[in-house]
Amino acid sequence: MGEVVVITSGKGGVGKTTATANIGTALAGFGHKVVLVDADIGLRNLDVVLGLENRIVYHLVDVVRGRCRLRQALIKDKRYDNLFLLPAAQTEDKTAVSPEQMRELCQELGEEFEWVIVDCPAGIEQGFRNAVAGAHKAIVITTPEVSAVRDADRVIGLLAGEFDIRDPKLILNRIRPRMVRYGDMMSIEDVIDILAIELLGVIPEDEQVVVATNRGETVVQDPRSRSGEAFRNIARRMKGEAVPLMNLDREGGWVEKLRRLMGFK
Amino acid sequence: MLEFLARLFGREATGSKEIAKERLRLVLVHDRASVSPQLLQMLKNDLIKVISRYMEIDTENLDIHLDQTNETVALVASIPVKRMKRVAQNPA
Repeated sequence: MGEVVVITSGKGGVGKTTATANIGTALAGFGHKVVLVDADIGLRNLDVVLGLENRIVYHLVDVVRGRCRLRQALIKDKRYDNLFLLPAAQTEDKTAVSPEQMRELCQELGEEFEWVIVDCPAGIEQGFRNAVAGAHKAIVITTPEVSAVRDADRVIGLLAGEFDIRDPKLILNRIRPRMVRYGDMMSIEDVIDILAIELLGVIPEDEQVVVATNRGETVVQDPRSRSGEAFRNIARRMKGEAVPLMNLDREGGWVEKLRRLMGFK
Repeated sequence: MLEFLARLFGREATGSKEIAKERLRLVLVHDRASVSPQLLQMLKNDLIKVISRYMEIDTENLDIHLDQTNETVALVASIPVKRMKRVAQNPA
């Protein structure tokens, strides 16, 4: 039985879909058989982030309603033969699927894949409940902002209270080391201290994410990308490897080098 | 020019993260308490148990809530006392 992991955040725009695409691609790159499930019914996004939007024939709601077989709806990734996407429906709404149906779907996917990664919609309503229903584990992603951390806290409470997922792991996204150093952004320790859950990884702010997403690619495929490295590290930790956090202070810009040269810390 | 240099070297820091942390701390006290009304109920039950060792209280009209002033959150309890017990029973 494969591992069913939901990636969730409460707040929108903190990087759930990007994380799902990158972690999934990284795991596939390590040779695992992976399926990514877009649970955001009505607002499908994971397909465009992966650059697979032109290949969709059937979607999740078609599968649940029995309009097609599961295998027909799975789209193979452009680069990895062992990475698949189950796209969301774009024309239906969240009530088209029930938590029970999602549970059965995840169960079925888990029999064939080593990793089932569910991209959860924002919010804590029915779409969230559906996405979480079939998951064994959860990854909560947040950014170091008051609003995002607050929503993450709420989601962590709901996961424990209503879904019996008591040990979600945290991804802290879009950290800007320079701002942290100057006390203008909450640090890793600050956020961990507040949320009191285990850290899975930290992703530095990286313009390459925008570039890769523009092209329908993922940063984990770019060996020079810092965020790509961070996502690969996360995938390795999920596999059970002990990978230390990368040194975020190692920044490459000329301003940074000049500043260090002149002794500013 | 000085300002430009300051910006170049990133020294315009205002330490705003402390403000962020403080605001989060306060908001989460309330969020966490209201997300689980069970928590307040459990606290209420325990309080009644403890206080009843020393005095007879009106559990019907007991009120417990979180009160927030600018920088602190306080747990406020109003517990009507019916009568004092003569000797506090030994705690179990």
